[in-house]
Amino acid sequence: MEQKTNTKILHNQYIQSLKKEKRWIRFYQIVIFIVFFAIWEIASQLQWIDPLIFSSPSKVWALFLDKMADGSLLADLSYTLGETVLGFILGTLLGTLLAAVLWWSPMLSKILDPYLVILNSMPKVALGPILIVALGPSFTSIVAMGAIISIIITTIVVYTAFREVDPNYVKVMQTFGGTRKQIFKEAILPSSFPVIISTLKVNVGLSWVGVIVGEFLVASKGLGYMIIYGFQVFNFTLVMLALLVIAVLATVMYQLVELLEKKLIRNN
Amino acid sequence: MDFLKIDRIHHTYFTKTSAVTALSDVSLTVEEGEFVSFLGPSGCGKTTLLSIIAGLLSPTEGDVTLKNQPVQSLQHDIGYMLQQDYLFPWKTIEENILLGLKVAGRLNEENRETTIRLLEEMGLVGVESQFPKQLSGGMRQRAALVRTLATEPKLLMLDEPFSALDYQTKLKLEDLVSNTLKSFKKTAILVTHDIGEAIAMSDRVFLFSAGPGQIHKTFIIPKELRDSTPFDARNHPAYSDIFQTIWKELESLGTKDEY
Repeated sequence: MEQKTNTKILHNQYIQSLKKEKRWIRFYQIVIFIVFFAIWEIASQLQWIDPLIFSSPSKVWALFLDKMADGSLLADLSYTLGETVLGFILGTLLGTLLAAVLWWSPMLSKILDPYLVILNSMPKVALGPILIVALGPSFTSIVAMGAIISIIITTIVVYTAFREVDPNYVKVMQTFGGTRKQIFKEAILPSSFPVIISTLKVNVGLSWVGVIVGEFLVASKGLGYMIIYGFQVFNFTLVMLALLVIAVLATVMYQLVELLEKKLIRNN
Repeated sequence: MDFLKIDRIHHTYFTKTSAVTALSDVSLTVEEGEFVSFLGPSGCGKTTLLSIIAGLLSPTEGDVTLKNQPVQSLQHDIGYMLQQDYLFPWKTIEENILLGLKVAGRLNEENRETTIRLLEEMGLVGVESQFPKQLSGGMRQRAALVRTLATEPKLLMLDEPFSALDYQTKLKLEDLVSNTLKSFKKTAILVTHDIGEAIAMSDRVFLFSAGPGQIHKTFIIPKELRDSTPFDARNHPAYSDIFQTIWKELESLGTKDEY
């Protein structure tokens, strides 16, 4: 009996120590955040860094409130966010679809192999001007930029995952007389979910790159345009604001992918 | 009429640099309700033969018929149990054991209940909603057996199903599998390299020699061993006689293989 209560106490202590560690980690994270912005503010005030180039948190905040009040930030932000989310979803879906097609037809995958290698090693943003000419300087061409940057790498990574599924899972399906479609649905796809999720995480960053570069080129609205415009009129407070907003949005998207991961991979 | 007839099977694997003959002129028949074992050193083509019988692999030459029909068209009548359980880790135990019925499009409330009941008879109560990794090795292999039996196959193939388990679990599972198959009157083929397991579980043992795989000799297990459970058979006086006989045969093959 005494042994039991003793174990209970020790277990409680262990849980407490875990909680304590977590609190300290959170504490240091907040400290880094505050110190970073404080140093930035002070350095700018005391002219250690050129306030014209590096701006300061207080100026960025003031501009943020301004642009929130007149609604212009929200317009740019939602425009860019829409492009990125669409580009991200399209890139991932089309990439996975292409991987499924390659898995379905080994012959086709052998034929396409060199082209995939070429397309993968090519810098996709270099296609930007062609896309803009072909699709017009619009929402569509920027979404295409956001998608194209992640399609091929998604295809390659997911296809590799499909092929590396333990052949014994396929054998189990075959012994039940499973068709190729059933094998894909019951064995290949679910066992590749972890890989698909990790490419999703990479694609969040990639589609932001595609969209921002697209907006640089089109230069009509959006956060990418804000950056290019701020650069041209030498208003770096505007550039910093756009960068901070992008950082926040990209983080939120990443968190959403992690949420999806928890939903999709049940046996974790 | 023979239940399962394997007629002059040859099988050769081709690669760019070589052609390896895995099986050469293998013929045998298995009666309905019989339990036979394929015993032999590694590389004697046991698993290849099993894949051919299961219709997963087409032999280079020869035919396999189950009740006079070619096995390729009979996949639903043949159950296959692998060396490891290969339960799908992303499916719950219930989804796993119902997989065969689902794939065959035969899943309904009635056979769902029958399958769950079978799971309970195997001593797995209340694990339906758990995931495979929450179960021990022996429990998982039992769940895999339920998955194989759920589709009610007429012929059951066991490809070293106990080799990945610890000894105690293995002995217990041998009894469980043997009793279950007997009560369902299933015909079964066991592939193993464990002489004791082959003797304890089967009615007949086919000893294979390697390079290329051939049937070297067939042993009929004495009736008194056949009628007892695998565990009791291992303790039966007749057991060590037949063990010695098979052991000597296996040894005579072994010298050729340079162990």
